[in-house]
Formats: sequence, structure tokens, C-alpha cells
Amino acid sequence: MIEAKGLTKRYGDKLAVDQLSFTVRPGVVTGFLGPNGSGKSTTMRMIMGLDTPNAGDVTVNGHHYHDLSWPLREVGALLEAKAIHPGRSAYAHLWMLAQTNRIPRTRVDEVLETVGLTSVASQRAGKFSLGMGQRLGIVAALLGDPEVLLFDEPVNGLDPDGIRWVRNLLKSLARDGKTVLVSSHLMSEMAVTADEVIIIGKGQLISQISIEELLSQSSQRFVRVRSPEIATLRAALDRQGATTVLEDDGSLSVRGADEIAIGELASSIPVVLHELAPQSASLEEAFMELTEDSVEYRGEPAVAGANKGEGA
Amino acid sequence: MSVTTMNPPVNSTRSLPSGRYGFSGLLRSEWTKMRTVRSTMWTLGMLVVLGIGLSVLATAETRAHWSGMSAVNRATFDPTQTSLIGISFAQLVIGILGVLVVSAEYGTGTIRATLSATPRRPMVLMAKAAVFAGVTFVVAEIVSFIAYFVGQALLTAPAIHTTLGDPGALRAVFGAGLYICVLGLFALGLATIIRHTAGAISAFVATLLVVPIIVSALPSSLAHSIQRFLPANIGNSITALHPGANAFSAWPGLLLLCAYAASALVIGGVLLVRRDA
Repeated sequence: MIEAKGLTKRYGDKLAVDQLSFTVRPGVVTGFLGPNGSGKSTTMRMIMGLDTPNAGDVTVNGHHYHDLSWPLREVGALLEAKAIHPGRSAYAHLWMLAQTNRIPRTRVDEVLETVGLTSVASQRAGKFSLGMGQRLGIVAALLGDPEVLLFDEPVNGLDPDGIRWVRNLLKSLARDGKTVLVSSHLMSEMAVTADEVIIIGKGQLISQISIEELLSQSSQRFVRVRSPEIATLRAALDRQGATTVLEDDGSLSVRGADEIAIGELASSIPVVLHELAPQSASLEEAFMELTEDSVEYRGEPAVAGANKGEGA
Repeated sequence: MSVTTMNPPVNSTRSLPSGRYGFSGLLRSEWTKMRTVRSTMWTLGMLVVLGIGLSVLATAETRAHWSGMSAVNRATFDPTQTSLIGISFAQLVIGILGVLVVSAEYGTGTIRATLSATPRRPMVLMAKAAVFAGVTFVVAEIVSFIAYFVGQALLTAPAIHTTLGDPGALRAVFGAGLYICVLGLFALGLATIIRHTAGAISAFVATLLVVPIIVSALPSSLAHSIQRFLPANIGNSITALHPGANAFSAWPGLLLLCAYAASALVIGGVLLVRRDA
């Protein structure tokens, strides 16, 4: 469990993170989504106690990071790719971390084996490709078998095989009941891994929402209707305040009325229906819609309600 | 490289050990860090080669030209200090190592892994300084004693030489090693303040080599009263059997150097705690 309350970080004049509050629950993969420079990495560093917030508070399993007894056994993090001395071997890097938290040598061997780095463990890390460096960073996060895991853009630099591995890893960690927070600037990546997303823009919370809700809430959602008497039905829908668009293929796209309302309306007229199909927006579209909103909010000073999805 | 498994590492035992991470684990970790990078071996290797090699050169050269030396030169000749001449070069080398121990962590991003594993930052700096001090003390003392013994052995009659039993000789030899160690700690402190390799090395070299030049350009009365406080002059008074009139004697000088190192480390420690990593 990670809990942030009113987290704020300023770098000079720039407000990197602004009054950010969210909760990351165990047992699900929580995506941390926002464009580059939106404050994701800064927030993660504040969770890890590396950066001190100017205001607000963040705890991991109820404790401030600084007060953890065995930090590596409680929280694991991949914060940046290749954050390792190029002259030091992968093994030495993991071993020096393990020693600080009394993690046995056997565990170092074990995690290296898991990501297939055993054969190159004694090589100097400077020779590693970006993908191998990324794997090493992930291994370092898993070293203490912690309950809480943070991954900042973990699929960067990975080949398709590696990307699939990371996705499955994240899901299985969540299945084991761990708290998993994974950042990305790509909605499409979140769509396949996350159960829930925290969306931020310019340091502010836009929404914390489950992927399912995000899709259903979108105005891109519409119902496709086909009927031999489409004009009659359209007129009736228009009178009820729905927005209708007659498509080239003869179908009617209806927004502002769901399939139940449309079906009932049709039978009351009565009009024969050939198709009544709810359509979802793509996640990407839903995301764009949400971030567009936040851009509009920021034009006006002090609109506090940007977090419409909070508590989801 | 291939993916061997899709599963995360096996969930071993969930219960955490009792107590808390501490200084002993940090010492072990810092020792691992230090011995697993090449720069340590390179710099310590240089320390050995320069420390002993220059002693051999200086003493052998003196012996070879002894017959041609003036009576005054013979009278003021300090066999102990001559055999410890490598110290003046070793001090630059140890500064580089002291800087790298800290700045390499910042340069590579390892510092964030370190501070994530052990968030109590003053303890991290203390462990780093302790391991560095331990390693450099042992190496510098060995170099210092070997340089002394080899140098004295080369100063055969009619040239004069000293033994460790002579007044001030043991102090000079032991003090030389200590001087190197403490100076290295000063560099380590500087690097904690500055955090960049090039910047910290520049600051260290400036302290040793540039500041003395600036001071000597001052009016002589002022220069004389300042010179004794400079690290390089402290080093000189430690290795000389008879420090000059304007210099501190060996132990007060060393104590002053310790104060410099402690100040740099304390300032560095405070900044380490206050600044974002």
C-alpha cells in the first residue's frame, strides 16, 4: 500500500508535483500515467525518500520510507535504467546492495537466474545493452522480495520478448498480493498491464480510475443502431436529447442514450431493430479526452476539481 | 541473453529479520563497492609505485652525488624526509581516490540505489569514510614504511641515514601514512559537497597546489602567518625531522588536518541529508 496526501514538489519556480493524492492498493497493477515531464519520476523519488516533498506526505505500508527497518526487503524500485557503475559487475552491484539489508548470497544467484543474466553476471555492467541494464534494474528491485514495487518506465529499451516478460512479471507480482506501481507515458502499455491507473498531467492528479471505468466513462462511448425505419427512430432519439449521427454505411451512432434506453424507445414506437451494439472508445481516446480536460482546467486559476475520478 | 522464466522470483520467507539494517552491513557493502571497481586498484597501485619508486630514485640519486655535495647541503640533508618524498605525489593520487569513492556514485546514479537500500544518509557517509580510511591507512602505512626502509638501505656510507630509533624518524614515517589517509578523507568530504568528479578533483588540487601559490604572492609577513595552515605544508612538517620555524610541529599539524577533513565531512553530511539525491 502506498498512500500520498497532498504531495507537492517545487524545483525553483517550477511546480513539478502539485497537491497529489492517491492510493496504490496491493493485489493489482496500478499504472502511473502521464506525459513526459508530468511529475511521475519525481513522485516516485519522493515515495522512495530520495527527494523531500515541499508539502504533503507519502507513506509505504504506513511508514515513511526513511523509517523502514529493511528497506530493500519492504520496497523495491527500478527508478532509472543503467543506474550502475559501468566498471562494476552485475553480480557485485547486487551483492553490495544485498549486504546492506542482510540478504543472503544465494538470493543474488537466484534473481540473476530468473532474468537470465547469470552468464553475464561477472561482466562489467558498462558492456550491457540498454535492455540488459533494464533487466538488471528490475532484478535489483526484486532482490529483497519486497511487498511493494515501483517501476519507472520498465519496458524502455526492451525487445518484444523482454516487454512480454515485464508485463507478465508485473501481473504475477500483483497476483501474489504485492503492491505494484508502474509508470508509463503510453496508455497502450497500461491497457495490457494495469488494472487501475493514476493519471497525472503537469504534476496534478487528473484521475485515479480503473481501466474498465475509464472506458465506460468516456464520451467516445456510443451505441450503433441499425433499423429499416432509421429515420423514425432518429427523430424520436433527437427529441429525447440524444446526439445522433447517420453513418455512411446506414447505421446510426447514438451518444447520450444507452442501449437499454434505445431498445425501450424502439419498442414503444414501435420500430424494428436489426442491430443495437454498444461501442467502446479505445483506451487511447479515453486518455486523450481526460488529459485534454486537464489542459483546459489549467487555463483557469485554482480549479480544485481536476480529480473527478478520485476514490475510484 | 534469453528469458528463462516468466515467473517472478520465488517468494521465500515473508517474515522480516528482527532489528534493522545497520552500520555493519553498510561497512561490508562499502567494502564490496570499493574492491569491485578498477579505479581503486589503479589509484592504490599508483600510490605504491610512486611512494616507493620515488624514494628509490631520490635516495639513490643523493647517494650517487654525495661526494659532490657541499658541506651545508650535507648538514641539512634529511634522510628520512628524502625517503618519504613520494608522499607529495601520493597525496594527489589519494585525493583522486577519495573523490571517486563518492562522485562515482553520483555520476553513475548508484547513489540512488545506495540511499534506497539504506535511507539513513549520515550512516552511509560514515560507513564510506570508515572503509576508505581503513583501506588507505593500511596501504599508506605499508608504502610509507617500505619507502623508508628501502631509502635508508640505499643511503650507504659515506652518505648518512637514519633508523626508526632516531628521534623523530618513527613519527615521520608513521605520520606520513596517516597524513595520506586523512588527506584522502578531506577529498572524500569535498566530493560529498561538490558531487561531481571533475569539480571535486579541481577543488582538491587547488587546495594543495594553487592556494600555496596565491598565498606566497601575499606580503611576506601575511604569507608567513598563513602558510603553516596549508595542508601541503602540514604534510611537509610531518615528514621533516626538524620542521621549519614557521611550521606547526607534526602532531598539532596533523590534528589541524583532521579538523579540515572533519569539517569537509560534516558539511558534506549536512548537505547529503538536506539535498535531494
